Amino acid sequence: MNRLLITSALCAALPMAALAADKPDALKVGMTTFLTGPASVFGVPARDAAEILVEDINANGGINGVPVEVTFIDEGAGAEALTSEFRRLVETGEAEVMFASISSGNCQTLAPLAEDLEVPNFMWDCGTQKIFEENDYTYVFRTQANAAPEMVAAVAYLLKTKPDFKTIAVVNQDYAWGRDSWDIFSTTLKALKPDVEVVGEFFPKFGAPDFSTEISRLQALRPDVILSTSWGGDLDTFVQQASQRGLTNTSTFVLPLAESSLERLGSSLPAGHIVGARGDHYFLHPERRDDADFKAFMEKYEAKTGDVSVYPVFHASQAFAALQAAYEKAIADNGVDWPSKEQLVAAMDGLEFQGLGNPVKIREDNQGIEDQLMGTTVQTGDYPFATLENIMIFDGDELTTPVGEVSIDWVGGLDAAFLDGLTVSTFEN
Amino acid sequence: MDTVSSSARPQADRAPGLRLLATLLGVAALAVVPFVAPTMQLLVNLALAKGLAVMGVTVLLRAGQVSFGHALYFAVAAYGGAFLMTAMPGADLLLVLVVGVAGATVSGLLVGLFVVRYRGIFFGMLNLAFSMIFWSILEKFYHVTGGADGIRLPRPTVLGMELGRADFELILFYLSIALMLGLGWFTIRWFASPVGQLFQTIKTNETRLEYLGVSPRRALLSGYLLSAVLCGAGGVIMGVAQGVVTPEYAWWIRSGEMVFIAVLGGSGSVQGAFIGALIYEFVRTYASAFAGDVWQMLLGGFLLVIILFAPRGVIGIVEALGRRGTRSEDAK
Amino acid sequence: MNLTIFVLALFDGIAYAALVFIVALGLTLIFGVMRILNVAHGSLYAIGAYATVSLTGAFLSMGFAPVFAFPLMLVSAILVGVLLGGPIEWLLLRRIYDKPEVLQLLVTFAVFMILEDVQRLVWGSQPYFQAAALQSLGNVTLFGVTYTVYQLILLPAVALALLLGLRFFLRRTVIGKLILATTEDREAAQSIGIDADKVFLLTFIVGAALAGLGGALASPTTSILPGMGADMIVLSFAVVATAGLGQIEGAALTALLIGLGRSFAVYVWPETAVLVPYLIMVLVLLVRPEGLFGSPAARKI
Repeated sequence: MNRLLITSALCAALPMAALAADKPDALKVGMTTFLTGPASVFGVPARDAAEILVEDINANGGINGVPVEVTFIDEGAGAEALTSEFRRLVETGEAEVMFASISSGNCQTLAPLAEDLEVPNFMWDCGTQKIFEENDYTYVFRTQANAAPEMVAAVAYLLKTKPDFKTIAVVNQDYAWGRDSWDIFSTTLKALKPDVEVVGEFFPKFGAPDFSTEISRLQALRPDVILSTSWGGDLDTFVQQASQRGLTNTSTFVLPLAESSLERLGSSLPAGHIVGARGDHYFLHPERRDDADFKAFMEKYEAKTGDVSVYPVFHASQAFAALQAAYEKAIADNGVDWPSKEQLVAAMDGLEFQGLGNPVKIREDNQGIEDQLMGTTVQTGDYPFATLENIMIFDGDELTTPVGEVSIDWVGGLDAAFLDGLTVSTFEN
Repeated sequence: MDTVSSSARPQADRAPGLRLLATLLGVAALAVVPFVAPTMQLLVNLALAKGLAVMGVTVLLRAGQVSFGHALYFAVAAYGGAFLMTAMPGADLLLVLVVGVAGATVSGLLVGLFVVRYRGIFFGMLNLAFSMIFWSILEKFYHVTGGADGIRLPRPTVLGMELGRADFELILFYLSIALMLGLGWFTIRWFASPVGQLFQTIKTNETRLEYLGVSPRRALLSGYLLSAVLCGAGGVIMGVAQGVVTPEYAWWIRSGEMVFIAVLGGSGSVQGAFIGALIYEFVRTYASAFAGDVWQMLLGGFLLVIILFAPRGVIGIVEALGRRGTRSEDAK
Repeated sequence: MNLTIFVLALFDGIAYAALVFIVALGLTLIFGVMRILNVAHGSLYAIGAYATVSLTGAFLSMGFAPVFAFPLMLVSAILVGVLLGGPIEWLLLRRIYDKPEVLQLLVTFAVFMILEDVQRLVWGSQPYFQAAALQSLGNVTLFGVTYTVYQLILLPAVALALLLGLRFFLRRTVIGKLILATTEDREAAQSIGIDADKVFLLTFIVGAALAGLGGALASPTTSILPGMGADMIVLSFAVVATAGLGQIEGAALTALLIGLGRSFAVYVWPETAVLVPYLIMVLVLLVRPEGLFGSPAARKI
C-alpha cells in the first residue's frame, strides 16, 4: 500500500517535473557576434549594446528575480570555431538560450544545429529570408525582419519619392546578401514599375578596396538611380569614391543599409539620397525619440562608445526584449517560477515585444514582423554627418511575405495597387 | 651523403616498438573521446579532418617541397561532396567520400602535371595561384557555387539508413579515426616503398635520381597525387561535419594554416600531422572562447615560440636535425 | 568596345596598377635580397594606412592645411619601416636565416597574425576614411567621366619615380651596390668585408617602409579597416611571382598587366575581374617558370 502511494505520488510528480524547471542562479545566454573581421562594424556595437541591455535588465531585478548572463562568441573566428563553441556552450549547460547570428551563412549553419540540440535560438540579426521558407523550425525564431520586407520597403520608398526614374544600376557585394537582395529588389521593382531599365549590374568582390573602374563605367552609363545594398567598409569606400568623383551629383543613390554608415561617411554623403536601416532603426526614430527608455539608452550608449546607435544595436535590443517577454509570458501562462524549454518555446508563438524600435511580433512561422524605416539624406549642420528627412515608416505586416509563400514569387506577383495600399507614417525628419 | 638521407627516414626504424605503442595509445585515447568527453567530439573530429589534410602537406615536405595551395584539394573534395548531395539527395556517406576524393585526385593529376616541373618557392607559388583561381571561381560563380556563403552539405545516409545528428556524428567520428589509421598506415608504408624512397630523394639529391635514370617529375607526381588524396579525404570529412562548404576552404590562409600545423606537429611526420592538428584546433577554439578578440595574436605568438624555440615541432626533432645536416651539406 | 571605353579602361587600369606596384615593390625588394617571402607585408601596408589616417586627422584638427597630408604619408611610411620593420628583422628574422625556408615564411605568417590583432586593438573595428589629400588635388574630366587627379596622375607618377629611384639607388649608389652584392652571393660579400646583417636590416626597413607607403598612398581612396592587408598580400604575391622574384622592372610590368587586365574585365565581363591576377600568374609561370624577368638559372632550394 505504502509502495503504491509512493509510486502514484511519483507519477503525479513526473509531469510536473517535465513542465516546470528550477529557478536557475542565472539565465545564461550565448550570443554570436563579429568581434573580428569586416563585419565587426556591426558585431562590436551589438556587443556594447548587449552589455548595456543586460546591465539594465539585471538592475531591474532580472527576469523574475533571475539575473541574465551573456557569453559572446566571435563569428569572425571562422565556421569551425563558431560551431564548436556554439555546441560547447549548449552541451555543457553554459547557455540556456542562444542568439545566433549576424551572418546569414552562419544562421544557415547554426539554425539546423540549434534545432538538433533543441536549444531555443533567436536569429537576432541575419537577413536571409530562406531559412523559414525552406524548413520548419521549433526552436529557431527570428526577432527581426528579413531581406524581403527590407527590400520591398526600399522599392516602395523609391517609387513614392522618385516615381519617374527610367534607369537603374546596381553595385552589390558579391556574396549571398548582395545577390539575394538584388534578386528581391529587382523582382519587386519590375512587378511595381515594369518600364524601368537595368543598365548595369556589378558585383565586386566582398571587401573590395577599390571601385574606380565601376564608377567610371557608371559615369559613362549615367543611370538615374544606383542601388547598393553593401555595408561596412565596402559601402563607405563606394560612397566616398563616388562622391569624390561627382557621381553622387548625377545619380540618386538607394542605400538600404546606409543608416549604419551615416556617421562614418560624414559630409561625403550629400543630401537627396535614399537610406534605409533594415527595420525601423534610427537613433532619431521619430516615433520613439521622445520616449524616456529610448533617450536613456541612447545616452548610455553614446557615453560608452562615443558613437550614435546603428541598427545592430536595435536588433540586439529586440533579441533581449524578446527574451524577457518570452520568459515572463511563459512564467505567467504556466504559473511556474521558471519555465521549461517547452514552455518557453510555446510562449514564443505570437509573442509581442518592444526593443528600441516599434513593437515586433513573432508570427506562426517563427518570423518576426518588424516595421521598416526609410528616409532621404539631408545635411542640416546639427550633426557632422547626414541625417534623414522625409522619413517613412512602413507597416511590417504588409511588407512581409505571407506565411507559406516564397518571397521571390510573392514579390513577383505584386502590382502597382500594392504600392497605393501600403500603410505609411510620414515624418518630416 | 648516404647516411644523411637515411637518417631523414622516420625514427620508427630506430625505436619501432616504442613508437608504435605510443601511436596506439594515442589512437585509443582519441577513440574513447565520444564517451569520455562528448563535448569535445566535434572539435576532435574537425581536428582529425584537418590532420588528414595536413598529412598531405607533410608528404610533400618529405620531398622538401612546400605547397601554399593545398587547400585547393581540400575544397575540391568538399565541394564535390556537396554537389553530389545536391544532385542525389540522401546519397551514402561512403559515396560522398569516394566522389570527393576522386575529384581531388583528378584535379591533383591535372595541376600536378604542371607543378611537378617546379621546385621551391615557384612550386609553392604556382600551387597558390591554382588554389586562388579555384577560390575566385567559387566566389564568383554564385549561381552554381553559392558564392561566398557556399552551399549546404546535408547529412548523407549511412548504408541506406537516415540517422539523427548524434548517431551520424558518432559514425563520422569513427570513420575519421579509420581514415586516419588506414591512410596514415598507407602513407608510412608508401614512404618506405621504392617509389616513396625515390620521392624523398628529391629533397636531398635530385640530380642523383636523374643519374639513376629515374624521372624526378614522375616520382614527385606520385607523391603529389597522394597528397591530393589525403587533402581530399580531409576536405570531405570537414564538409560533412560542418554541414556547409564555403570558398574559405580554398583561401590562402587555409593553405598557410596547413603548413603551420605540419611544422607545429613536426614536419615530415605522419603522427605529427594529427598531433599538430589537435593542438592547433584546441588552442584556436579555447583562445577564441577565453581571449575574445585576440585569439589570432595568441595563435601567432604560439607559432613564433614554436619556431624560435622548438623549430622541430612536437615530434620531428630528430628528422629536423637530420634535415639541417642536409642543408649545411648542400650549402657546401 | 569603342575607343572612348578603351581609353577609360586604360586610365582605370593604370591608376590601379600604380598602387599595386608600389605595394609589391617592397615585397619584391625583400625577397630579392633576403629570399624571404614576407607575409607580414600586408599588415605593414595596413598599418601604414592607419597611421596616415590618424596623423592626418590629428593635423587637420589642429588646423593645418590638407596638403600636409602628403608629407604625413612619408612620415607614416618611415615610422612603419623603422618602428616595425626594424624590430621584426632584428628580433625575429635574424634568428632564423639558417632555418628552412618554410620556417622563415611561417615566422612572417605569425607576425602577420599578431599585427592583425594589434591593428584592431589600436584602431578598433570601425572603418576609417580620410580623403583630405585626394580632395586637395581636385578632379579632371575626360570624355565626360570624372577622375581624381590623385589617382589618375599622382599615383602613377609616384610609382614611376619609385621605379626609377630604386633602380638608380641599387645600381648607382654605394649602399645599393652593397645590397646587390649581398644578394648575388652573401658569403663572398661578407668575405670582402660587407656587413651582411646591416644590409639585411636596411633592406627590410626599406621594404617595410615601402609597404607602409603603399598603405599611406592607398588611404585616401579606400576604407581603412581590419583585414585589408590579407587581400593585398596575396595580390602582391601574384605580382612578385609573375614578375620573377626580386625583379623590380618585372613587378612594374606585371602590375600593369594585372591592372589593365582587371579594368578591361570590368568593362567586358565583370564576373571575371577577380580571376585576372591569378590567371595571368599561372599563364606566365607555365610559359616562363622563373617569371617574366627571372633568370633561368634559378637557385637550387
